[in-house]
Amino acid sequence: MINKVEQSFKFKLHRTMKPLVIKAGQSNKQYWQDLWRYRELLYFLAWRDILVRYKQTAVGIAWALLRPFVTMVVFTVIFGGIAQLPSEGVPYPILVFSAMLPWQFFSNALTDCSNSLINDSNLISKIYFPRLLVPTSSVIVNFIDLLVSGMILLGLMAWYNFIPNWHILTLPIFALLCLAIALGSGLWFAALNVQYRDFRYVVPFIVQIGFFVSPVGFSSSIVLEEWRLLYSLNPLVGVIDGFRWAILGGTTQLHWSSFLLSVGVVLAILLTGIYYFRATERQFADVI
Amino acid sequence: MTETVIRVEHLSKKYIIDHQASGGYSTLRDQITEGVKSVSRLFAFGQKCDRPTREEFWALKNVSFEVKQGDRLGIIGRNGAGKSTLLKILSRITEPTTGQITLHGRVASLLEVGTGFHPELTGRENIFLNGAILGMSKVEISKKFDEIVAFAEIEQFLDTPVKRYSSGMYVRLAFAVAAHLEPEILIVDEVLAVGDVGFQKKCLGKMEDVAKQGRTIILVSHNMLTIQDLCQKSLWLHTGYLKQYGSSHQIIASYLQASLETSTQKTWTDLKTAPGNEAVRLTYACVRPENGTPNQHITVCDSLVLEFKFQNFKSGAYLNVSLQLYNEYGILIFETAPVYETGWLNRPFPNGIFKHVCHVPGNLLNNGSYRVVFSITENQDELLYKVNDILTFEIVDSMKNRAGWYGAWDGAVRPILNWETELISSDEKLQSVKIF
Repeated sequence: MINKVEQSFKFKLHRTMKPLVIKAGQSNKQYWQDLWRYRELLYFLAWRDILVRYKQTAVGIAWALLRPFVTMVVFTVIFGGIAQLPSEGVPYPILVFSAMLPWQFFSNALTDCSNSLINDSNLISKIYFPRLLVPTSSVIVNFIDLLVSGMILLGLMAWYNFIPNWHILTLPIFALLCLAIALGSGLWFAALNVQYRDFRYVVPFIVQIGFFVSPVGFSSSIVLEEWRLLYSLNPLVGVIDGFRWAILGGTTQLHWSSFLLSVGVVLAILLTGIYYFRATERQFADVI
Repeated sequence: MTETVIRVEHLSKKYIIDHQASGGYSTLRDQITEGVKSVSRLFAFGQKCDRPTREEFWALKNVSFEVKQGDRLGIIGRNGAGKSTLLKILSRITEPTTGQITLHGRVASLLEVGTGFHPELTGRENIFLNGAILGMSKVEISKKFDEIVAFAEIEQFLDTPVKRYSSGMYVRLAFAVAAHLEPEILIVDEVLAVGDVGFQKKCLGKMEDVAKQGRTIILVSHNMLTIQDLCQKSLWLHTGYLKQYGSSHQIIASYLQASLETSTQKTWTDLKTAPGNEAVRLTYACVRPENGTPNQHITVCDSLVLEFKFQNFKSGAYLNVSLQLYNEYGILIFETAPVYETGWLNRPFPNGIFKHVCHVPGNLLNNGSYRVVFSITENQDELLYKVNDILTFEIVDSMKNRAGWYGAWDGAVRPILNWETELISSDEKLQSVKIF
């Protein structure tokens, strides 16, 4: 009896809900509302990816620490030791690692994100949910990796007795910026990848080139002053310089004009990425 | 009281079929060459510029209907009739090309069992993941967790990765999660085709419960029995068009009739071209349910009539008519001749038209398609004329005499036989053993 009352009450509640109209070409007004309603799915998708990632591995979650650590050692040896690039007065491993944090996050997030829709194609073709959740969750998973690798940085700082100044407090801003660029470009490639599988091969290439044109293994101070602004069109320059500035404190300078240019490029990519994704999203199930 | 929860108006869906590409997606190169072609076409005035590699295909065409709250609607139609497309549009997976749908209430769709299951995750983890994908909140899932586990009967394997599950366990778990959804509108596609018989029954029971709570169900199935039993209304799609919409009983009857690729009635008016030879020629043949007409479908319970008329040109011959009935697997079910009919047995047949009627009782033949071989012999062993596949017909399944069971009933024949069941000795322990 009580159950029945509850039931009818529930229906009444939904009666008052606005009806949903499905129509061609009409961008769904409830989309952002839906996105909010499905926010738990975002959590579950990220949770799934994290759970699955280290299943059936011997070291398990330690891979999240091991990978960036080994890369850092290699970089330090090659760039600092063999190539003798300037270290700006800070321990070279810290210089390298402060750039590697955002770079590794960006490159992994971009790769995962651009493949995320295709990997979940069975979901896309069989069930409705705001598609934006899939690439977003893969970026979030990598963001968690970023936080884990951040612990290595703390370890390095302790090892070298390096004490950061107040700049470190601004780090979350740069982290968010990094998140924005990874998500923005990830959305572009994820959507393009659904339609044109060519991007499956294009993305690793972009990541590879991006590594050499971004100041990861070296400091951006080696770039000539007159090329500086042009160089900052690469949005990662602003992000990586920002990370260095925040972590290393006063020893590096942040070129504000070029930084703001990078921020502008990041926002442009993010907004157009969301726009393009939303525009093509409706056809995903048909073409995937 | 009953409100319209789904209103579909002039719904159409167009797909572009690419004959060249193997997959649904295109490559950049295709797009670029296509672009170049279209530019070159601009300069090629007056030339016919068709694009043979691309073809439009209307999966749905101008479909309109309404569903009231608490309705259980079955969607039937052949493969490629647009059933799945309709479900996909209703569940917002793909958008229509034209037309619109108005939905009142939360929709949950179950187009596949276990969508989003991850093989590496355990049963427990998958319940949460799958629940979230189907639109349940974490609180909702936790609340129903025990119920789901009990329904799926996988208690011991909760913490085993589902890749180690048997396919039956996998399906049970997947359906269990979906069955505990509480949407106002539930859309289900052929899900019941899986799982063992006991579980199928359980699923159907669950769906009936859902319907009793006043929820709306839309079900696509090729199994007419399921539709007939679960849905009071049916919608028949044919090559993208809505052919008929109404009560299940009526729609299924006309669907079955139309879908039979059979010849249940044949008439030959011109004796010169009629099948036969100088001795005999057929003029009429039909199969129909007893007390029915040849265009009605025959269920396994119906008794049926096979009727033949032929012209005899061989005066004074001792003729024997016989029939052979083969099923779709080519198995000879029976051979029959009017040997117990004393009227014309061992009597010479004069010139003229003869009519033979053979009565086949109901509850004898199993469901399936059948073909009839008709032959006339003289003096019992000299074959005068034989025609293969003079009639082909279908016997459709019926919910009668099934005791609520939906599975396929095997065997060449399906007679109703007498059984006796009695309890020889009672043992309480035995009773507690569950069958399912």
